[in-house]
Amino acid sequence: MTDNPASKRIQDEIDTNDVVLFMKGNPVFPQCGFSAAVVQVLSEIGTKFKGIDVLEDPGLRDGIKVFSNWPTIPQLYVKGEFVGGCDIVREMYETGELQQLITEKGVATQSA
Amino acid sequence: MAMSATEIEAMIKEAIPDAEVQISDLRGDGDHYAALVRAAAFKGISRVKQHQMVYDALQGRMGNELHALALQTAVPEDA
Repeated sequence: MTDNPASKRIQDEIDTNDVVLFMKGNPVFPQCGFSAAVVQVLSEIGTKFKGIDVLEDPGLRDGIKVFSNWPTIPQLYVKGEFVGGCDIVREMYETGELQQLITEKGVATQSA
Repeated sequence: MAMSATEIEAMIKEAIPDAEVQISDLRGDGDHYAALVRAAAFKGISRVKQHQMVYDALQGRMGNELHALALQTAVPEDA
């Protein structure tokens, strides 16, 4: 997509990091309740992830919405695949599907 | 600008005619909703795609006029 200048950066991030969370704020200081909820889920699963703060870059904030065809932030990617936003991540965590997906994709976790 | 629950329900039903929609106004402020959308049209497609269908139905309002819509989608048991 040549009309989306952020798409190359997004593609690079999801290609080089197993678990990427596009969020508002950073994992230590989330700036939004929905982003904080996903950080909490990932912490409970014990998977390492890269948090990318879209508030630092307006082009990325809009670009990720176009890239994923998803209107809201946060957005979670695992091994380059879009998993979903806050509602889907929480629902998948509650049913155990998220843990399963992460394990199946061969991403290391440290269960507490 | 906020949206009414009736308006949200109407837009979803227009795009997904067999949808059964339940909406609750979480804070009573017309800005934070939760919706459960049940439709046979969701059968066999991923959760991400189901949610995208609902967002498409809302024609760009999600994330703009509509600040927060906690979304849950499901397929009817008899579908």
